[in-house]
Amino acid sequence: MEKRSRFNTSLLPYLLVAPQLAITALFFLWPAGEALWQATQSQDAFGTSSEFVGLANFKQIFTDPLYLSSFNTTIIFCTLVTVSGLVISLLLAACADRVTRGRKLYQTLLIWPYAVAPAIAAVLWSFLFNPSIGLVTYALAKYGIVWNHALNGSQAMFLVVLASVWKQVSYNFLFFYAGLQAIPRSLIEAAAIDGAGPVRRFFGIALPLLSPTSFFLLTVNVVYAFFDTFPVIDAATGGGPAQSTKTLIYKIFAEGFQGLDIGSSGAQSVVLMVIVVALTVLQFRFIERRVQYS
Amino acid sequence: MSSRKLLAGAFSVAAILAFGASQAQAATEIQFWHAMESALGERVNDIANDFNASQSDYKIVPVFKGSYDQTMAAGIAAYRSGNAPAILQVYEVGTATMIQAKKAVIPVSDVFKQAGVPLDEKAFVPTIASYYSDSKTGHLISMPFNSSTPVLYYNKDAFQKAGIDPTHPPKTWGELEADAKKLKAAGMCGYSSGWQSWIQLENYSAWHGVPFASKNNGFDGTDAVLEFNKPLQVAHIQFLQNMAKEGTFTYVGRKDEAVSKFYSGDCAILTNSSGSLANIKKYAKFNFGTGMMPYDESVKGAPQNAIIGGASLWVLSGKDPATYKGVAKFLAYLSSPAVAAKWHQDTGYLPVTTAAYELTQKQGFYEKNPGADTAIKQMLNKPPLPFTKGLRLGNMPQIRTIVDEELEQVWAQKKSPKDALDSAASRGDDLLRRFEKAGS
Repeated sequence: MEKRSRFNTSLLPYLLVAPQLAITALFFLWPAGEALWQATQSQDAFGTSSEFVGLANFKQIFTDPLYLSSFNTTIIFCTLVTVSGLVISLLLAACADRVTRGRKLYQTLLIWPYAVAPAIAAVLWSFLFNPSIGLVTYALAKYGIVWNHALNGSQAMFLVVLASVWKQVSYNFLFFYAGLQAIPRSLIEAAAIDGAGPVRRFFGIALPLLSPTSFFLLTVNVVYAFFDTFPVIDAATGGGPAQSTKTLIYKIFAEGFQGLDIGSSGAQSVVLMVIVVALTVLQFRFIERRVQYS
Repeated sequence: MSSRKLLAGAFSVAAILAFGASQAQAATEIQFWHAMESALGERVNDIANDFNASQSDYKIVPVFKGSYDQTMAAGIAAYRSGNAPAILQVYEVGTATMIQAKKAVIPVSDVFKQAGVPLDEKAFVPTIASYYSDSKTGHLISMPFNSSTPVLYYNKDAFQKAGIDPTHPPKTWGELEADAKKLKAAGMCGYSSGWQSWIQLENYSAWHGVPFASKNNGFDGTDAVLEFNKPLQVAHIQFLQNMAKEGTFTYVGRKDEAVSKFYSGDCAILTNSSGSLANIKKYAKFNFGTGMMPYDESVKGAPQNAIIGGASLWVLSGKDPATYKGVAKFLAYLSSPAVAAKWHQDTGYLPVTTAAYELTQKQGFYEKNPGADTAIKQMLNKPPLPFTKGLRLGNMPQIRTIVDEELEQVWAQKKSPKDALDSAASRGDDLLRRFEKAGS
């Protein structure tokens, strides 16, 4: 006997998902298709002359050693942003969770940076670290440290990671904090009665129970580091010095919007899209299996 | 003021506003997209308002679209979707891209001809007009508007402190190095510079009478190759690398970052755009002076002439004849001596016509503002050679970024000047070939 309820008409389910499908088509499939099409063209900036060149744009970027080195830069940048962003915010959330007095104040202050636009965040940080007139630069000079991220690649990388992480920490904090609050007090109290200290309780109980949150944040942070950090890089370093902070997304911006080389930047967007799709699939297939959903 | 008078006043204002509005409806609206921010944008609005008030057939609507590259990208995107402005301001390095888009752009000399508005192309300063002229016919393709050139700024108080004659800015690179050493000995940073590709390669080449690229810097064809990796330029970059090593040359960024290093009093010698004068005047709390770009004495015929930066105005296709008539009238208004002279005096950009320059001289502006004529003197120093008229190279914004990336490795002492310039030239050539192919 059929127990599940069914709708007789076959049209309704399609109607119900239609808005979602329309949004996907309009904001993902169409632009993605456009990028794919442009990647196969050689055209001038105004699009007045256009020629089909097949895979020539892809061949050109993959034979460019600087494009390949941009992969390295991106991997380093994404790893630093994701790992330090998650660790710092988890630490802050764990600390805030133990606070009893003034809890609301901590919460509010830690969430504030999220309201700042990425480009503004980068401008603020690059003012502080400005090689000519920055406050931090002056302070460091007192201790004999020369800060000049216009020349020093590692300093430039540190600066863009700092600005990107600072902004993302609030977002991560919010989720970790909510996750910690959702852990049943009885579990923690039981562990405490059994003699487990705060550190042990964190690693033995809180961390495993936070794994769905951590997994979600991992995905979001990787996508953030790949796609949303270009205003930060643009405002803080412009990809320099040399190519030391030129990530894949920034390269697309520099070549497509500033250089008006639509064919090459189209090909690069397609490559980036494939990478992010692959990463997301990998995460869901392999990491999600280890996640415990209660 | 009594309340009755106030009321009457309000009525008359309302009447004027209503009259103005009805007039605006009748006038042909002409969109003018530009990249002039803050104070410069206000000057642009003033010019448009004055023009709109001077006649009733056309209404110029200036719209600020962001930085140079954003404005150009916005104009191109608008053209592709069929909503292009009639007038678009494009920076000098975008010139080749605009020329290549023959269907999208109408040469200004044609705009004037079709509209029946006279245009005296001889009136423009030759080294400015030639940057924006067709290399075959010699006619203007875009309208010169805001042009600048690199000049030297120096901190007179710091010079005095270091025991250098404050009335004597360094004329040659040798003098600049000697002064920078003395400044460093007195505890300051010496020399700094912005816009390295523009100043240390593009202008260095023109100032010393050598080409930046073959085919007369690209004016004679898109098949040009870069030639800035020749011994003269390599020697200059080597000279600066040595200064960087000794700590007498400090690099702080690709654009205008060096300006704040100068007005904060850290670096006492700066080379940057003549357009920085307004900012330096505003922030520097010391006496400063200007001088011409330094040159190398060993090079015969140097100094030659400087080449410009800045932007020009382009007319985009697809509008009706009435619009273009208004465009021609507005552009003619812009280059009239009084308007061009005021623009030059207000902003620090070059006077685009010789008449505007002479008018400014007559008004005694340069006596009151010493140094304001350094930039124009550099442009008029000598008649330009075929390869010192400017640059016409495709993908030039990206080529500048490549030069930035390579030179940064030189200043960080990670690459030799020869290797860096060779690599910049070969990477730049790849972009030139891509541009050549896309336009054919």
